[in-house]
Amino acid sequence: MKKKILIVDDEPNIIIPLEFLMKQNNYDVQTAETGEKALELISSWKPDLILLDIMLPGMDGYEVCQKIRQEKKFNQIKIVFLSAMARSIDIAKGMGLAADDYITKPFATDYVVSKIKELLTDT
Amino acid sequence: MLEQKIIIFVSFGYMGLLFAIAFWGDKRAEAGKSIISNPYIYALSLAVYCTAWTFYGSVGAASRSGITGFLNIYLGPTLMMILGWPVLRKIIRISKVNRITSIADFIASRYGKSATIAGAVTIIAVLGIVPYMSVQIKAISTSFQLISQYPDVYMAKTVTSLPGIKDTAFFVAMLLALFAVVFGTRHLETTERHEGLVAAIAFESVVKLIAIISVGLFITYGLYSGFGDLFAQASRVPQIKQLFVMEVNASTFTGWYNALFLAMMAIFLLPRQFQMIVVENVDENHLKKAVWLFPLYLLAINIFVIPIAFGGMLHFFEQCLSEPGCREVLPETFGGILKFEKGQVDADYFALTLLMAKKQQGLALFTFIGGMSAATGMVIVETIALSTMVCNDLVMPVLLRLSFLKLDQKSDLSRLLLIIRRVSILLIVLLGYLYFHYVVGYYSLVSIGMISFAAVAQFCPAVIGGIFWKGATRSGALWGLLTGFLVWVYTLVLPSLAQAGFLSLDLLTHGPFGIKLLSPVHLFGVDIHHMGFNQYTHAVFWSIFVNIALFIGVSLFSKQSATEQKQATLFVDVFTHSVESEKSSFWRATAAVEDLRMLLERFLGKSRTDDALERYAREYNFNWDKDLIADAGLVSYAEKLLAGAIGSASALVMVRSVVEEEPLGMEEIMHILDETQQIIIYSQELEKATKDLEAANERLKEFDRLKNEFISTVTHELRTPLTSVRALAEIIQNNPDLDVQKHHRFVGIIIKESERLSRLINNVLDFQKIESGQIQWQMTRLDFREVIEDSIFSTSQLIEEKNIDLTLDISNQDGFVSGDKDRLIQVMVNLISNAVKFCDPGYGKIQIGMYTETIKTGDKENRYLKVFVKDNGIGISKKDQDIVFQKFRQAIAGSKGRPAGTGIGLTITQHIIDSHGGRIWVESELEKGATFFFTLPLL
Repeated sequence: MKKKILIVDDEPNIIIPLEFLMKQNNYDVQTAETGEKALELISSWKPDLILLDIMLPGMDGYEVCQKIRQEKKFNQIKIVFLSAMARSIDIAKGMGLAADDYITKPFATDYVVSKIKELLTDT
Repeated sequence: MLEQKIIIFVSFGYMGLLFAIAFWGDKRAEAGKSIISNPYIYALSLAVYCTAWTFYGSVGAASRSGITGFLNIYLGPTLMMILGWPVLRKIIRISKVNRITSIADFIASRYGKSATIAGAVTIIAVLGIVPYMSVQIKAISTSFQLISQYPDVYMAKTVTSLPGIKDTAFFVAMLLALFAVVFGTRHLETTERHEGLVAAIAFESVVKLIAIISVGLFITYGLYSGFGDLFAQASRVPQIKQLFVMEVNASTFTGWYNALFLAMMAIFLLPRQFQMIVVENVDENHLKKAVWLFPLYLLAINIFVIPIAFGGMLHFFEQCLSEPGCREVLPETFGGILKFEKGQVDADYFALTLLMAKKQQGLALFTFIGGMSAATGMVIVETIALSTMVCNDLVMPVLLRLSFLKLDQKSDLSRLLLIIRRVSILLIVLLGYLYFHYVVGYYSLVSIGMISFAAVAQFCPAVIGGIFWKGATRSGALWGLLTGFLVWVYTLVLPSLAQAGFLSLDLLTHGPFGIKLLSPVHLFGVDIHHMGFNQYTHAVFWSIFVNIALFIGVSLFSKQSATEQKQATLFVDVFTHSVESEKSSFWRATAAVEDLRMLLERFLGKSRTDDALERYAREYNFNWDKDLIADAGLVSYAEKLLAGAIGSASALVMVRSVVEEEPLGMEEIMHILDETQQIIIYSQELEKATKDLEAANERLKEFDRLKNEFISTVTHELRTPLTSVRALAEIIQNNPDLDVQKHHRFVGIIIKESERLSRLINNVLDFQKIESGQIQWQMTRLDFREVIEDSIFSTSQLIEEKNIDLTLDISNQDGFVSGDKDRLIQVMVNLISNAVKFCDPGYGKIQIGMYTETIKTGDKENRYLKVFVKDNGIGISKKDQDIVFQKFRQAIAGSKGRPAGTGIGLTITQHIIDSHGGRIWVESELEKGATFFFTLPLL
């Protein structure tokens, strides 16, 4: 069965290449442009991994991550932050919320793909 | 015949040379290559101690009373240097730490920076030095008269007291004063240190030494065949021989010790000696060498005193014996004056007259120059030292107190300071002349000088006691000084005035009102001859006795104020407390830096103030732009700087007037300025100013924070488009078989995101231009409808993409304005893209419109164009409406979430509108959309 990946980003032009890459690597993909929509999809669709932007309109990425980690039933879900906020303090904050990784934008596509593969084969 | 013209020419030439040396010394100092910063020059400059008194007077004294007549005057300083150097070192250290400018300043500073003490010391010093000054005037004018009549060596029997301008002495005095003015107050800045002067004095010391040694060598080896021959011949003359039979009795001892004591004190308490030893000292370590160099100099200058005296006596006694009139009146004990038929010969001038009698024209002229040199050196340094004291401690405190002069409002007082100093130099020399003219005509050089020594010795208890005994109080010092001084006046000045015929001689023998106990020469019935006292010993004994008694007595029974206590500790514990540091100050005071600067500029002038403050900033890492409040360190630095110009007592008052200090400052300010009301208002203003400065500081901090935020926002904004560009470009590269449609789409996105990047960069650059004011406006007459149309055209893609419903409401009227079309388009594009960004995501609606309005202000009508851009987005809260235009602000739309771009678009927009003479603002309610309005003046 294909692994499911949820892409959360408010920039359509970033979702497009990410979606392409994930599909090319044989993952099931859904996308969300806001944190609220992402939480809905997590409950209903139960993705294996979330690529999560931080600067989102409304609820931000940190809050989304926090909400997921509060629910025991979601603790199998891998969370990878994908953010343009590159200061070490931002990264520390993200990792502190029990995310599995934090990749800064702009990213190398190969790296993102290999990281995702690594995280998903672990299980 | 030596023509007067030549003498005058040579004299002026010599003065010119001294002046040139002083000038050169100052130039070197300015260039940072101080010539006086070496122990040899320092030691030589101390030799200003050797005046005409030494040059001429010692020979006279030796002729009258042998070795005891002159030598203790030089043994005293020698002892003081060799044994008393710890005292001198302490005084030098204290003065450096506290920027002491004079002996008056020193004493006043020790006793709580008391203006009263400073004034008292100044008066004592000036009056005490007057006789000494007159010695120099007498020596120069007499030697000038002598050498002008070359080769005739006789002086008129009576000193011709020609009134005023016909008197040589008057000219001499005025020339001396002029030289002193030229030397000491050349600079507009009133610095405490005079590098050039010190250099000139050191040179002058060399000249007088060489001159006297030349005379001595000529007499010893030219006229006689060496010391042996000269002494052998001298011992055959009874009047000479008996000079060296020491009568061992009480009188010789007390007299000897008295002179020794006075000379020990004079070497550092005379204002000019204090100036040279302490104030002009560049490096405390120079004292170590001077301790033996200076005594060596004294030895050298005294080596030929006896030979010259012998030579003079041998020659003139012989002349006298061959002249019946003279032989008859030649006493068994030589009194220093030989009365020839043609006039008299004074032993004081043997050095000159003997050379003249031997027809040594050149050497005589050199001797005259040497003597003049010794005298002028003294007058110049003494008057400079005294004028500083008079100005700082007498005149300025009074002037500052006279509120009607409004001195506290004058911006530059340094010129005034200079004028006061010049006038005081003239007056001091004039006093010296008057004393010479009316009183001292008949006294020998040494006996007049001793009166001055006795006067400055009055400072001794206050100075020595002050630096070793913390318990010494202001009252004690003042009482000691004043009573000591009064006794001095009573026992030395009154008798000299009486003997000059100003007072009845009865006063001396029978005492005032016939009370014998109070006779100025036999105070309390002390039989001076029985005690072995002469007139000087008597005066010194009583004056110093009452001085010390009251100094100690009153000190024990009076209390010190807080300032006194502080100063006492600073002085007595100078080696333990103060490594010379402004930071270790006892002050707990702050002031506005600008106030301090203005205060300093008033007294020091602008360039010196700038220099000094810069030096402080370098040393203590003080930042003038950031640190707007002067801390205690800077305040005390400023006070010391000021003390250098106007003395510590006045400086304290002036600094306190701009400083917010503990309550103790208030009282004294009020006392001096006497304008309570004004001061209270002033301190309130100061408080307010301080608060303003604090607020400014806060704003700067906030600005700094926003700038950091701005940078992180800008980089974030740049990363977003870069991310899609890079990701898509990699996908295209890694997938050569990508289908055409996708390929086309991805490349399209790359191009669009690149454009977004360029826009961002342009915005940042525009912003930078605005910040630095570099925008060049291309103003033309334009119809604003065109601007709106062009803007909509360039944003049409954006609008279409989001499916936004755009309503355009451009009235039919023309809207002609003067403006930069591209910049105005930028304004509209910014507002439109903002509106697009925040439009309702479901059903976006934007309205753009313009119309004209008229405002009446008074009878003037202003017509302007009003443009608005309205969206139906999430809106901007009231609080945020004010800050959306501010630099670096990201207007946070809604309660949380993404920022509205980089926060510079609206700042740029506002700036452009402002520059066109318009106004921009926003009206909005949360969740109900926002409307941006701006106005432009219509043509």
